[in-house]
Amino acid sequence: MGPIMKVTAQPADTTLTLVLDGELDASSAVVLDTELNKPELLKYKKVMIDCQKLSYISSAGLGVFISHLQRLQDSNVKLVFYNMQEKVFNVFEILGLDSLMTIVPTEQEAQTA
Amino acid sequence: MQDRIRISCSRENLQQVRDFVRGFLLAAQGTDLQVNQVVLAVDEVVANFIIHANQEDASQFLDLLLKLAGMRLDIEIEDHGSTLFLPTGTAPAPDLRAYIQQGRKGGMGMALVSRIMDQVEFFERNSHTVCHLSKMLG
Repeated sequence: MGPIMKVTAQPADTTLTLVLDGELDASSAVVLDTELNKPELLKYKKVMIDCQKLSYISSAGLGVFISHLQRLQDSNVKLVFYNMQEKVFNVFEILGLDSLMTIVPTEQEAQTA
Repeated sequence: MQDRIRISCSRENLQQVRDFVRGFLLAAQGTDLQVNQVVLAVDEVVANFIIHANQEDASQFLDLLLKLAGMRLDIEIEDHGSTLFLPTGTAPAPDLRAYIQQGRKGGMGMALVSRIMDQVEFFERNSHTVCHLSKMLG
């Protein structure tokens, strides 16, 4: 069985975009964790998470974002989610994480967030 | 309407579990949002059984049974491992601000399950742990 989550990094001047493709669960969360753990992440002002092709997230996936949020904030790196499918956003909502993280509808809004 | 599946205790099988639950509920005409919520609840319980109760021992296995009678959905997940795993069905609300400050990864799964399902209970049957979840759909 192939990996169920693909993370593609798209670096720009001050922004790093991570494009997520697949399902983020207790099996695949390590792929994202490895990406967010890279020291070079902290040189950017913003990390944008493109969720258009993220079709599922479990608590293991949420946990990866939660575990890196403080470290990013301490380094003045903003974490912004965009293009999130309704069913994925709903999982953030169930726990109230939508009010603690920056989630915007479009890429354009993510760039100005 | 009912269906069952047996999986070994490897986290790579979580995808198979989700596909099974999705297929069952979509055949029952569930909405996209509700199907995803129930899939998530089952995924969380199964992941706990695989990782915490069985330490990812692929020689151990779990049985899942889904039953739909009218709008009532009943799900039974039986762990055939030898260690009893009996968390309480009601999970306290996680302090997410504290989790963020602590950089904590876990501790949210059962909170999701108890908020999604109408009923969550763990009990012992024939020296095995069984989790029963139920929900009225629609």
